[in-house]
Amino acid sequence: MTEQPEMIPTGDNRMLDEVFSDRKITWLEKTLGTDNYRIVKGLFKTPASIIGFILILIFVLIAVFAPAIMPPVDNDPFKMPRDGYSGEPRGPGAEWTRKVPDMPFWYEPLTGKTEMTHVLGTTQGQYDILYGIVWGTRTAFNTGLLVVAVTVIIGVVLGSIAGYYGGWVDNVIMRITDIFMTLPYIMMALIFSAVLTPVLGRSLWPPLIAMTTFGWMGYARVIRSDILSIKERDFVLAAKVSGVKKNRILFKHVLPNAIFPTLVLASLGIGEVVLGFASLSFLGIGTEVGYADWGQILSFARNWITNLDRYWYIVVFPGVTLTLFVMGWNLVGDALRDVLDPRMRGKI
Amino acid sequence: MSNHEETLIRVEDLKVHFPIYRGVIRRQVGSVKAVDGVSFQVKKGETLGLVGESGCGKTTTGRAIVQLYKPTAGHVYFRDIDLVSLKEEPMRLMRKEIQMIFQDPYASLNPRMTVRDIIAEPLLAFGMATGKELDTRVKELMRLVRLDPDFIYRFPHEFSGGQRQRIGIARALALNPAFIVCDEPISALDVSIQAQIINLFEDLQKELNLTYLFIAHDLSMVRHISDRVAVMYLGIIVELADRNEIYNNPLHPYTQALLSAIPVPDPEHYRRRSRIVLEGDVPSPANPPSGCRFRTRCPKADEECEKGRPEFREILPGHFVECFKAEVPSPLKEVTFEENSILK
Repeated sequence: MTEQPEMIPTGDNRMLDEVFSDRKITWLEKTLGTDNYRIVKGLFKTPASIIGFILILIFVLIAVFAPAIMPPVDNDPFKMPRDGYSGEPRGPGAEWTRKVPDMPFWYEPLTGKTEMTHVLGTTQGQYDILYGIVWGTRTAFNTGLLVVAVTVIIGVVLGSIAGYYGGWVDNVIMRITDIFMTLPYIMMALIFSAVLTPVLGRSLWPPLIAMTTFGWMGYARVIRSDILSIKERDFVLAAKVSGVKKNRILFKHVLPNAIFPTLVLASLGIGEVVLGFASLSFLGIGTEVGYADWGQILSFARNWITNLDRYWYIVVFPGVTLTLFVMGWNLVGDALRDVLDPRMRGKI
Repeated sequence: MSNHEETLIRVEDLKVHFPIYRGVIRRQVGSVKAVDGVSFQVKKGETLGLVGESGCGKTTTGRAIVQLYKPTAGHVYFRDIDLVSLKEEPMRLMRKEIQMIFQDPYASLNPRMTVRDIIAEPLLAFGMATGKELDTRVKELMRLVRLDPDFIYRFPHEFSGGQRQRIGIARALALNPAFIVCDEPISALDVSIQAQIINLFEDLQKELNLTYLFIAHDLSMVRHISDRVAVMYLGIIVELADRNEIYNNPLHPYTQALLSAIPVPDPEHYRRRSRIVLEGDVPSPANPPSGCRFRTRCPKADEECEKGRPEFREILPGHFVECFKAEVPSPLKEVTFEENSILK
């Protein structure tokens, strides 16, 4: 008789992937861990999320290569170069005579001209729009990422302490959060900015500090509510029964599972912060006049709004840029939310 | 059968009440009396089954014993140390002896941790092993619960329900506990797998001299594994006796009704037996009936039962009942639960 085949155990002794045996584990999965690998994979499934990532990638490239795209004229590259002081804006293709930057590498192949011009036009005061947009990308990333990072840290710390330790600590922190939330955001940011400007001088810092001070509450509440629910899950109770200390449970079990909705909010928040910053700049509170920032450029359009058919370029170019930037982050945030949501519903 | 001498766990008048708040200022208007005065002992090496319908408070009792819920009143003595009175750190040290296995194999394992991390966590919490030694110990535990040690770096979602439950069991055994509270460990599994896991429980108990508090609502399963059985209703124990005694000679009307409802695959038997169907629904534990709690549904209740809670008395040696109407059948004879003559 031929050799007996190895007995295949029945019932529950087989691993799931002996049953579905074609699953290959890639090196990426090994490094990230199966859990995170699934998230990353899910992020690239829909066309919308891929578009979002591409948009952000484009902006990152613009920010990184800003000196090559539009070489700075001044010592401080964030000062937009002024071609004279005349009040009336000039359209795309206008001559550039004063404070002309070096010819960037793409200029001649793209436009075919040998003399530098304002490719996208100038604003009132003769600030070059293209320069503002390119270096404004750096400003957008700087301000957006900084404010979001700090507000997330503040929010997560406060919300975690409140949610995990409970009791009177929870009450105090939540009442403080409530007070901050009742204050209208733009108004408070405006007032705070205006108050800080004489103290700190007209720079990035007053609006940044203002936005950070009033932007953390959403994260605190979200993480607190997620922690409250995760705290009661069986695996957290199991850790407690296993003798794990309370603080370690917070960092090892509760936070890693509770942090995802907050991350979604954070990615959507970058778009919000940049928009908010632009609003503040548009209203005149914010950076100094002439700082390379999308909101700044838009603010120069204030006087010309009635004649937008002639001076459309002041609004359209920075406006489209701002829209695409925010949209990119929103798409990524939505994709992240979609990946996490069915996971939470279905699996755990 | 019950040759166990040392009392490992003594629960005395345990109460767990959850407050109900109402109104803007969140005043306490009442409380859910999930566990309302429960007392029993578990001897070393034995299995005490704790049964009752959903919502009767058995899971809460189990968790209160392990101090996951802080009891509102009462004492839980483990080898004469009152766990209720312990502060956080001393209680944490007691966890080496008292462990718990959870009901839901899907929720009780952290989905972001590998099997190795899950099983190693108790060992790391007490600094009992590190590095290579830790891995060895984890593999040992996996073998003990009949899991292939090669799967040590897999994640919970890659396992089936029965295997996840084995992981949970391995985790509970990591610290060599003396006493394990098993909170409906097989209810979430397929019937065919339940048998395997129950056998595993029994083998482990023999091998490691474990003591179990086995919480379940499947009466036939409890009959198989328990030495003694306690029946809970609405937060209290209504009957407590040796396993055979309870199944053959139930004295509390609630126990009798429960046992009469156990399905038996025998058409002959169905024709012969008289099934007790309880009327009404279980009252809310926030507002239990005055007097004997069971009187609103009890076929034997009368005015006497409204007068105050019956005493939890030892009506026969080792057989405790909380009922005014329970009486020893006379003449005392061994009857099977199918032909319980008290009911006729």
